[in-house]
Parts: sequence; structure tokens; C-alpha cells
Amino acid sequence: MEVLPQLIVNGLLLGGAFALISIGLTLVFGIVRVVNFAHGELFMAGLFGAWLLSSKVGLTPYLAAVPLVVILFAAGAAMQRFIIQPLMDADPHIQIFATVGVGTALINLALILFGADIRTSELPWAREPVRFAGLSVARGFLVAFAVSMVATAALVLFLKRTHLGRAIRAVAQNRNAAPLMGIDVPRIYIITFGIGSACVGLAAAVLSPLFPAFPTVGTYFALTAFVIVVLGGMGSLEGAVAGALIIGLVDSLAGYYVAPDLKEVVYFLIFLLILVLKPAGLFGVRGSE
Amino acid sequence: MSLLRLENVSAGYGAVEVLSDVTIDVAPGEVVTIVGANGAGKTTILRTIAGLVRPRSGRKLIDGRDVSALKPPAIVDLGITLVPEGRQLFPFMSVRENLMLGAYKPAARAAIPERMEEVLALFPRVRERLDQYAGSLSGGEQQMVAIARGMMANPRLLMFDEPSLGLAPMIVKQVFEIVDRVVAAGTTVLIVEQNIYHTLSIATRGYVLENGRIVMQDTGPALLRDPHVRRAYLGV
Ligand SMILES: Nc1ncnc2c1ncn2[C@@H]1O[C@H](COP(=O)(O)OP(=O)(O)O)[C@@H](O)[C@H]1O
Ligand SMILES: [Mg+2]
Repeated sequence: MEVLPQLIVNGLLLGGAFALISIGLTLVFGIVRVVNFAHGELFMAGLFGAWLLSSKVGLTPYLAAVPLVVILFAAGAAMQRFIIQPLMDADPHIQIFATVGVGTALINLALILFGADIRTSELPWAREPVRFAGLSVARGFLVAFAVSMVATAALVLFLKRTHLGRAIRAVAQNRNAAPLMGIDVPRIYIITFGIGSACVGLAAAVLSPLFPAFPTVGTYFALTAFVIVVLGGMGSLEGAVAGALIIGLVDSLAGYYVAPDLKEVVYFLIFLLILVLKPAGLFGVRGSE
Repeated sequence: MSLLRLENVSAGYGAVEVLSDVTIDVAPGEVVTIVGANGAGKTTILRTIAGLVRPRSGRKLIDGRDVSALKPPAIVDLGITLVPEGRQLFPFMSVRENLMLGAYKPAARAAIPERMEEVLALFPRVRERLDQYAGSLSGGEQQMVAIARGMMANPRLLMFDEPSLGLAPMIVKQVFEIVDRVVAAGTTVLIVEQNIYHTLSIATRGYVLENGRIVMQDTGPALLRDPHVRRAYLGV
């Protein structure tokens, strides 16, 4: 088995899976202009949700995507409506504290409900390898990659082609003019936050057969998503996809050629380099989303 | 009955009161203008009508109904649209998408293709630019798009805030031609313009605003002859 092609395929698949989480984060930042530090914890909640639905209700993790998308949409919309919106005119620091607070509360809630153990959504099928051209990949990663890419494409089409999607972009580009068009800006924020969280719900469902749930699992995913979003340009959907694929490759290659323990160091070197050399990110044009 | 009436309205930002006891009427079919120096509060009046600023006291009536508490989308739904100062386009969207957003309110969506044809008939230059980013157009073209976007909602009352600001004299002339055409098409107009000579000559009525208070009102031509107005705003 050739090592390099295998590493590249692994990296791209991992990156594809990360794309959906990152898109949720970048969308909320681009439109609502709030950095959601509870994003990873919403993902953690999604993983526990998938585990509960598969182990207690008997839904296969992939089917759990349907209720999880709905539930996380509602949770994100409620978070915007009842926690962020009342603070919308406050100092941005206050909003950051609020999202950090929500994240911390979710971690503690998970500790109370599930303890610190890891919970795995059982779906052996997802871990079986598919072999082609001398390469081998877990089926679950192919599914996660495909779902992530299809969902991203659907989201882009929604934003470009529908009245609501156009209104969402209008708010990002000129939030003073949007209300003059008859756009209810607070409602757009609520819907956008809902969509951003729903992305994470879908990601959690398709990744649940591959990644076990535990209360602090969100931290790792959120940190990676932040690196991806900064790399791609905060607020840029295309940037989030490209950034995710790049970080997936870095993860895979650095894990092999450098050292598994040091791959996060490599991410953060990239993160710092981008901040220094091209602060707007690879695809960043402020407001162009 | 007035299409729009501000009745003893006071309004401002934070602790600052900008408008004091302002009463303004706009009847259907009228062209009303507000004349005043920089900082007098003209934009604040239009923003108050649009629902972006809430009256602190007094009332805002549309068709005789108190709408003081309504938010901007509800005012748009009632047929009142503001073409804001400084154009305020959506820069990374095509001109076409900007126009479509002008007809975002549900009542206008169904008729977008027909309405776009009607509006573009007035703006041949805009038609040529439909697929370009709005942000890439010249200032004059952007102002045309802003007006066309305002017309997309088929408003009963179209408000203009300084449509000629920052434009070259040639372009200013074109902008006024467009305003004349909007008026000729029967749309009720409320216009604020530094360049008061043209607006007063087409206005059925005008108000003079000084430090947030209405100090005078008359027909446009009468204000144009008024010695105080001539001295203060035309420099003659
Ligand atoms: N967003 C704002 N916050 C605080 N003060 C404002 C704001 N907008 C306008 N003002 C003040 O209100 C006054 C009237 O402004 P404006 O309505 O824009 O006047 P005009 O359009 O006649 O030039 C000015 O003194 C201006 O500084
Ligand atoms: Mg002004």
C-alpha cells in the first residue's frame, strides 16, 4: 500500500467531514457577527443526541440526522433569540462571554447526565473499509464526506437562489439597508443561528459512528473549526470548505511525517502564519459572503 | 386624509434630541420637500418615518392609523420606502439581486419580473449593468440602482434622502430627471435635497427645518421666492 496517496485521501475525507462544522461557524460569524464559542459544545450535544437516539430509541445514527437537524436548529435559534439578541447592542466581549457561558453550561450538563465516560454510537458498518486502487477508507468517512459536500452545496444554493437566502446575504453585506427592503433583521439572525447549529447537528449524526461522545469532545472540534474558519476567511463559505480540506491534509500528513502528538502544533503554526501574513484569510473579502 | 402625518413628533439618538415637535403632512399625489441646513435633522425625519428611529413623543400616522411603534419592515409593507442617503446598496450582489431585494416584501415578490421590466424602462443604464456587482458601478449608476431598487416595491410614498449628494453636475441632472419621472408616474414623493432649487420648483409643498423644528411651510414656488429661504439656502 502506497503511504502518501493513502494519507492524502484520509486527509481530504477528514477535511470534508470538518467542512460542515466549520460552515456553521463561519455562517453565524459572517451574518450575525458573533463568534459562537459554544459551537463545539453544540456538536458535543449532537453526538450525545445521536448516541441516545441510536442506543435508546434504536434509530441508526444516520437516520438520527433528521431529528438532530431539527432539534439543533431550534436550539441555535433559541440561543440567538433569548441569549445573544438581548445582548446585541452590548459590547462584543459580553456576547463572547455569553457564548462561552452556554458552552460551559452544556459541558457541565453532559457531565451530570452522562458522566465522563465515552459513549459510542454502534454502527460497525461505518468502520468497515472500502478498498479501491490500492487505497482503503472507512465507509463512514465516505458517507460523512459526501453528506458534508452535498449539504454545503445545498446551503450555497439556498443562499444564492431563494428570497430568504438573498435576504440573509443582504444582512451580511449591509445591515443598515436591509430593514429598508422590508427584511426583519433580528429574525434573519435567529434563522441564521439556527442554520449554523443545524449544520453541526447533521455533522454530529454522520460523524457519530466514527467519533465517540464525551463531555469535552467539542473542544477539539471547535478549535479545529476556528483554525479552518480563520484560514478560509471569516464569513466565507468557500473559504471554510477549502480551509477544511487543507487542515484535513495537514492533520493527516503531519500526523504521519511529524508526530501524531504534534499535529495540533502544526495547525496553530498555520493559524498564526495566516493571522500574520493574510489576516483576512485565503478567501476573505469582508462582507462578500 | 393624509397618506402620512407626523404629529408633534420629537425624536433623537441616545440623550440627544434631534427633532422637536415636528408636524408634517403628505397627501396622496403630492411632492413634498424638506429644506434645511446640514445637521438640521432632515435625515432623522426620514428615518423616523421609515421606522428606524422611534418617536419619543407625538404620533406617526399612515392613512390615519397610528403606526408609531411599527418596525421598518411593517412600514415597507404599508407602502412607504426610503431611498437612503449614500445609496446603501448590497455591494457584492449583482444589480439584479439588489433590485429583487427591493421587492422582498411578500406582496411584491410574485410580480418581480413584470415590475423589473417597468422599472428598467425608466433606467436604461441600469439594465446594461444588471449582472455586475452593485459595488463596481460609478456613483451615479449606484444612485440610479438605489432609486430603481426603491421603486421595485411599488411604493405609494417614495422618500429620497439627498439623491444628488456627491455626484458630478451632469449626473445630478440625470438624477433629477429620474425623480421627475417618478413624480410623473403618479408616485407620492417626499424628498430631502441640498440642491433645493430643483426640488422646490417641482414641490407641491415644502417645509423649512431649522435645528430640528419646522419654522416655515408653503408651496414650493412660494418658498423659492421667500427672502429668508433665498438668503439662507440659496445664498442670494
Ligand atoms: N446615529 C446618530 N447618533 C447620534 N447623533 C446622530 C446620529 N445621526 C445623526 N445624529 C445627529 O443628529 C443631528 C441631525 O442629523 P441628520 O438628521 O443627519 O441631519 P441632516 O440630514 O439634516 O443633515 C446632527 O446633529 C447629527 O450629528
Ligand atoms: Mg442628511
